[in-house]
Amino acid sequence: MAAKPKLHYPNGRGRMESIRWLLAAAGVEFDECFLETKDHLTKLKKDGFLLFQQVPMVEIDGMKMVQTRAILNYIAAKYNLYGKDLKERALIDMYVEGLLDLNELIMHHCIQPADKKEQHLATIEDKATNRYFPVFEKVLKDHGQDFLVGNQFSRADVQLLETILMAEECKPDILAQFPLLQSFKARISNIPTIKKFLQPGSQRKPPLKEEDLPKIMKIFH
Amino acid sequence: MAAKPKLHYVSERGRMEPIRWLLAAAGIEFDECFMKTKDDLLKLRKDGFLLFQQVPMVEIDGMKMVQTRAILNYIAAKYNLYGKDLKERALIDMYVEGLFDLNELIMTSDYQPADKKEQQLATALDKATNRYFPVFEKVLKDHGQDFLVGNRFSRADVQLLEVLLMAEECKPDILAQFPLLQSFKARISNIPTIKKFLQPGSQRKSPPRQEDVPKIIKIFY
Repeated sequence: MAAKPKLHYPNGRGRMESIRWLLAAAGVEFDECFLETKDHLTKLKKDGFLLFQQVPMVEIDGMKMVQTRAILNYIAAKYNLYGKDLKERALIDMYVEGLLDLNELIMHHCIQPADKKEQHLATIEDKATNRYFPVFEKVLKDHGQDFLVGNQFSRADVQLLETILMAEECKPDILAQFPLLQSFKARISNIPTIKKFLQPGSQRKPPLKEEDLPKIMKIFH
Repeated sequence: MAAKPKLHYVSERGRMEPIRWLLAAAGIEFDECFMKTKDDLLKLRKDGFLLFQQVPMVEIDGMKMVQTRAILNYIAAKYNLYGKDLKERALIDMYVEGLFDLNELIMTSDYQPADKKEQQLATALDKATNRYFPVFEKVLKDHGQDFLVGNRFSRADVQLLEVLLMAEECKPDILAQFPLLQSFKARISNIPTIKKFLQPGSQRKSPPRQEDVPKIIKIFY
């Protein structure tokens, strides 16, 4: 029996969260080794486990994989969440990359200095509402299907749900103008593997708390 | 006969350059439509050609593709530059993503304000020498093969060459400690499609001229 994938990262969302989502969506159980101090990171580096001296790192199928997108691509392809052909993959990649950009923006909110936070939040809301969400509302409207690509559940659906929920944490009514995204959210949240991941006690991580930020920064800097 | 791919961007390297490299490496002729003013970008947006209102955009195989990585993934897979199986793809993705990070650091330094530019470039070259190049020197040393992955030319080789040359432009002796990267550079530069791309008059772009930077930034902001 194959060993469970093992995730190496601090106990927070950061760049590992999308990977947790995808593994969970695929119904793949995984273990986590949390970096608590800079020494942990230094040790991983010294042991030669981090190709570019960085985390996320995921031990999977005999590899020590690094680089978020490389890891996501591998999981998606392995578990058939990457479309059925090149053209579906192209669509999925475009959607996922756009969503990862928005994710990145939201993720950086917690590290904004106090005087920039409000402006940054406004930028997140603006981009979510005017640049990204309209695209996916239209995609769903145009084909009338349950999933974003190829009438089949894929990593694009997982990424969209993750990003919608993160955006809602910033602004609870952010989906007000997007009825199809609202029903998408309900529908995808009900998929058994996703539903399980959304329950308390799962390996899904909460947003970073203000008071935990210094500790996390110290690990990396 | 299929239409040639058509690239929409400014006449600069930026985020389009890896795409030019990969198409050229694959021996694919392409056309370019250069944005010269903000109005050119606004027109593309108004016409609904840019999924997330951004360039790069590449018209290819009936799609208007956006998002650099999505475009590169499609080209690589279509022209068999993406390894022969999942595990080779995983390696290629890890290498390419690391090189992308370095590419981004070097490329964006040209667009930083004067007081930040030197610092960022120094950081980029430090990372090149201590974090990234040692990895690829070791990969080549360990397997003794001509190409990075699977004993076969792939997008990883193209991306590595592109970044090696960019780094050398900043610091001509940057490969001094990396004999295998030096021979890699010579070897890959000699591949006919690459050799052609490296000749004057090709569609390869130069680093931006200092005096052009404000104008370029104004197109996007």
